[in-house]
Amino acid sequence: MKKNSPWAGVYMALVLVLLYLPILVVVLFSFNSNPGRTANFQFEGFSMQWYENLFDPITGYGQALMNSLSIAFWSVLLSAVIGTLGAIGLARRPVRKSVLGKAGAAALSLGEQLAVLPIMIPEIILGIAFMALFTALKMSFGMVTLVLSHITFCVPYIFITVKGRLATLDPGLEEAARDLGASPLRALTTVTLPLALPAVISGCLLAFAMSMDDFVISFFVNGPTTTTLPLKVYSSVKVGVPPHVNALCTVMLVAVFFLVGMGQLLQARAERRRLKSVKADS
Amino acid sequence: MKRPVHRREAMAIPMAVYAALFVGVSLMYIIGLSFLTRGEGFTASPPVSPHNYERIASPIYLRSLLLSLRLAGLTALFCLLIGYPFAYFMAKARPKARTWILLLVIVPFWTNALIRIYGWKILFSASGPINQAILALGLVERPLKLLYTDFAVLVGMVYAMIPFMVLPVYSAAERLDWSVVEAARDLGANPIKAFFTVVVPMTMPGILAGLVLTFIPSIGLFFLSDLLGGSNTMLWGNMVHNELLKSRDLPFAAALSVVLLALTGLVILLYRKRGGSAETMVF
Repeated sequence: MKKNSPWAGVYMALVLVLLYLPILVVVLFSFNSNPGRTANFQFEGFSMQWYENLFDPITGYGQALMNSLSIAFWSVLLSAVIGTLGAIGLARRPVRKSVLGKAGAAALSLGEQLAVLPIMIPEIILGIAFMALFTALKMSFGMVTLVLSHITFCVPYIFITVKGRLATLDPGLEEAARDLGASPLRALTTVTLPLALPAVISGCLLAFAMSMDDFVISFFVNGPTTTTLPLKVYSSVKVGVPPHVNALCTVMLVAVFFLVGMGQLLQARAERRRLKSVKADS
Repeated sequence: MKRPVHRREAMAIPMAVYAALFVGVSLMYIIGLSFLTRGEGFTASPPVSPHNYERIASPIYLRSLLLSLRLAGLTALFCLLIGYPFAYFMAKARPKARTWILLLVIVPFWTNALIRIYGWKILFSASGPINQAILALGLVERPLKLLYTDFAVLVGMVYAMIPFMVLPVYSAAERLDWSVVEAARDLGANPIKAFFTVVVPMTMPGILAGLVLTFIPSIGLFFLSDLLGGSNTMLWGNMVHNELLKSRDLPFAAALSVVLLALTGLVILLYRKRGGSAETMVF
């Protein structure tokens, strides 16, 4: 019963081809030798010209990439702390008793609802809300406003992933550590956190991707010197013929495939080692 | 046995405070702003009145709202029609193949969304690959106008949103108990009947999450219609964007986004009523 017909394979291949079609076009045109106004619509021959000065300061792509990377780094780092703590605090909450009292517990529940809201509402709403808020607070737009806004939508990804993982953990493990004399903090840091770490990492990776790719919110809260990569791409694409964009995309694609491939390789190796040790034990 | 978990609730306080400040306060703030009047420069001032909402109730804005809702609905529908079978077949594939297909679906996610949309712009352009191909085949005499049409915007939307349908449906289908499907077949249901009476209801949480995840963002993605629809397609997101950056009317832009927020709230409410949760939205 649980078996695909050959047509299922054909269908999946077709969808994947469509998924990669625009990406392949961009890769192809990154090697276009046509430098003219039709550079992005007529392929004339092979050339590496768009790669040669891709990160020349004059193009601004290098700076935009650095901006995006550092915004993503700080946002994810801070979100990982806030979101993981939140998940530990709210996973398997006692239903009746709360140290914070009834009102405190209700406020915390409201806080949780608000924390996951950013991934459910259209980004443009938050973009405008942040822009209005930062204007009212007379903050200057730049790195700080970008990181503060990115944290808002990075936290839910980490929070939900980690909380989900904590819910599946056996509470007995931590209780055993406590019964054997570990302090609550020690039980948390030596038992629960290591078990939740894979979820923290996968939540962070997801949040990092979302931060790097965010256009709408960054569009409203960026400053004059903090153009991020998506913003830079948007302005070049909007203005006209930006063949550099194609080269940039190709470089990013290669980097992503490399990282994903490495991840798979490491995972496969860890799996093999685990199987080996299981075999050695028996 | 000691139960140390209770005191931990306090660890969630930073997150609750952060969310209250940046999500709670900022949303309340634009709701408040939407009742004010545009002031000098980029400010808002009294009198307090619902005049911004009265302005929204005019044909231009209502038409844009209907257009946006229709496009978002079509996007969600096509994502379901294309993405559901894909996710279903993926869940039925061998584990090794499954990992690879999943990776292939996720990798484009990691590259810039704008660049991928730009790829469609190249494809759709008058002298682009699609037109060159159909001209060469002699199917048409003159290049087709593909770019700057509603069709191009719909293709771009479905393309950008389809992973958000595939992933939740896949994670629901992956957990499916296939013996129930077999039981239905043994009891005489043909494959189609078994699919619609067993598989579809059992993957319903994934379908609902996918519909919400593809419908809601489609209303606000102004850059997509900006790039593929040109100036012909004025979606709700474009309206908000224009009011803010071209007319610099903050209170009116706030009112437009409050309308969008209310619509979103309605969709989420319906979703919750059907038993959906935020958790199913992150896979």
